[in-house]
Amino acid sequence: MADLQSQDYVRRSASTMTPPSARSHEIEVAKLIDVSRCIGCKACQAACMEWNNLRAEIGHFEGTYDNPLDLDPHTWTLMRFTEWDNDEGNLEWLIRKDGCMHCADPGCLKACPAPGAIVQYANGIVDFISEACIGCGYCVKGCPFNIPRISQVDHKSYKCTLCSDRVAVGLEPACVKACPTGAIMFGSKTDMTAWAGERVAELNSRGFAKAGLYDPPGVGGTHVMYVLHHADRPSLYAGLPDDPHISALVSVWKGLFKPLAVAGVALAAVTGFLHWIVAGPNEVQPLDEAEAKHLIHADEPQ
Amino acid sequence: MSYPKGTFIRNTTVTRINHWLTGGCFVLLVLSGLSMFDPMLFFLSGLFGGGQSARAIHPWIGCVFLVSYLGMMIQFWRDNLWNRDDLAWMKAIDKVLANEEEGVPEVGRFNAGQKFVFWAMALLTPVLFLTGLVIWEYYFSSYTTIEVQRAAVLIHSLAAFAAIIVWIIHVYAAIWVRGSMRAMTQGYVTPGWAFRHHRKWLRSLVATDSIGPRPRTGGDSPGPLERR
Ligand code: HEM
Ligand code: SF4
Ligand code: SF4
Repeated sequence: MADLQSQDYVRRSASTMTPPSARSHEIEVAKLIDVSRCIGCKACQAACMEWNNLRAEIGHFEGTYDNPLDLDPHTWTLMRFTEWDNDEGNLEWLIRKDGCMHCADPGCLKACPAPGAIVQYANGIVDFISEACIGCGYCVKGCPFNIPRISQVDHKSYKCTLCSDRVAVGLEPACVKACPTGAIMFGSKTDMTAWAGERVAELNSRGFAKAGLYDPPGVGGTHVMYVLHHADRPSLYAGLPDDPHISALVSVWKGLFKPLAVAGVALAAVTGFLHWIVAGPNEVQPLDEAEAKHLIHADEPQ
Repeated sequence: MSYPKGTFIRNTTVTRINHWLTGGCFVLLVLSGLSMFDPMLFFLSGLFGGGQSARAIHPWIGCVFLVSYLGMMIQFWRDNLWNRDDLAWMKAIDKVLANEEEGVPEVGRFNAGQKFVFWAMALLTPVLFLTGLVIWEYYFSSYTTIEVQRAAVLIHSLAAFAAIIVWIIHVYAAIWVRGSMRAMTQGYVTPGWAFRHHRKWLRSLVATDSIGPRPRTGGDSPGPLERR
């Protein structure tokens, strides 16, 4: 979509210049996924495939409702089903719509080495610009949610776009439109946070004392949020990270290490140059040749 | 290759080809690797036909590099074993750096500085190779966890910079010590060069009637020193 003029970037991967941002004053959006209202029908998953024209390879039945088993370059959102025996010994069926969280501080973008392959718009959406992507897989290492998938065919990285194309023209994402129960809502982040508050209050009143909003501060908050009935234990929901943050290894690699590495190389080069102008070249002297001749002939049998 | 009369062979033709294959791979690895290391250096990927191709070719060059460096190790490891002369040489490092060869203890085929470069690369090359495999997205991404890959890419970067610094030392030494470059291009050194920088090596060649690069052992054919 690089032919669509975007002047509302707040972040652009591997860029030291300020990205074009003259039009970056739109409000931050958010998708709110209310897990407690989801019936697991996968209408959103189908709508995502339909709008984005994705056709995943037909797989096999793996003994679970998760279908396909994992995200892939053609599957940008996936319903993950968990059967949990709760503390009262009852079965709870926890269904979570997995996909990119559109982090305010995206680890994928931080790790990406290709200028402009990952951008973040002022509305908060994190988008992959495929034509700039080099297929290195660094975004996979940067992401705390295990979301990006690299295609083995075209060597590009793929994930949910939050329907940036639809949102840009004032439509809600396709999954939101398709959901029959209203479990997926879309609007400004402020509105969605307020609405989540109402939902949480309602869940509290129904006995879910630990219900709450999942908007993890470790990544600066996200533009895809969940209402969870067990917000104290996000990992119950098919391994949703309890406290996601960009890995310290990635932060060191992309942060502290770069200036140190450049300083180390510069130091080595400057030291070499200084040595050259102070001590200069080490040249063989005529005396060395004479001594060598002496040594060789002294040793030679006459 | 024919060598001028009266000179000593420092590096055979096979060694020189092996050395420059290693060096060529290293330079290409540095250029393509650095293009992914920092946005300001991304333009280097243009040398390889763009980001996708730089990313794709880098690990393959790495494989050639590993094999090539193994070749260097097979040829050089014996002359790089650490011995007592190296300590004495290191103690005189100030004289070495000041070009005051008179006060520097005699050394064999390689001095402690050259041995450091050799062993540093002998350590860094397998580290770069193994971490490189872990982060080789296309073939190996499914064999390790993402956390392991995060550690691998960090170690790969660290090792790459360590190797680049070792390489700067190596290249500067070759420029600084005149006659060394020719030893790796045309393969020979003058007797004076051998006397000045590697006197024990010269003595061992003369004592066994060898023109280099190593002293002759019992089984070798008669020495050609008489051609002087
Ligand atoms: C020995 C075999 C090697 C292998 C198999 C290897 C493989 C890789 C791979 C797979 C990557 C990730 C990007 C890509 O997919 O191309 C990478 C990145 C990189 N490599 Fe290598 N490599 C090797 C040797 C080297 C050497 C000798 C150097 C330089 C001294 C080097 C410097 C780099 C750098 C600077 C990066 C970017 C790291 C970053 O983004 O911070 N590599 N390498
Ligand atoms: S695979 Fe593409 S999007 Fe991901 S880090 Fe590499 S260049 Fe960026
Ligand atoms: S969830 Fe992962 S892919 Fe999505 S914005 Fe956050 S770091 Fe990037």
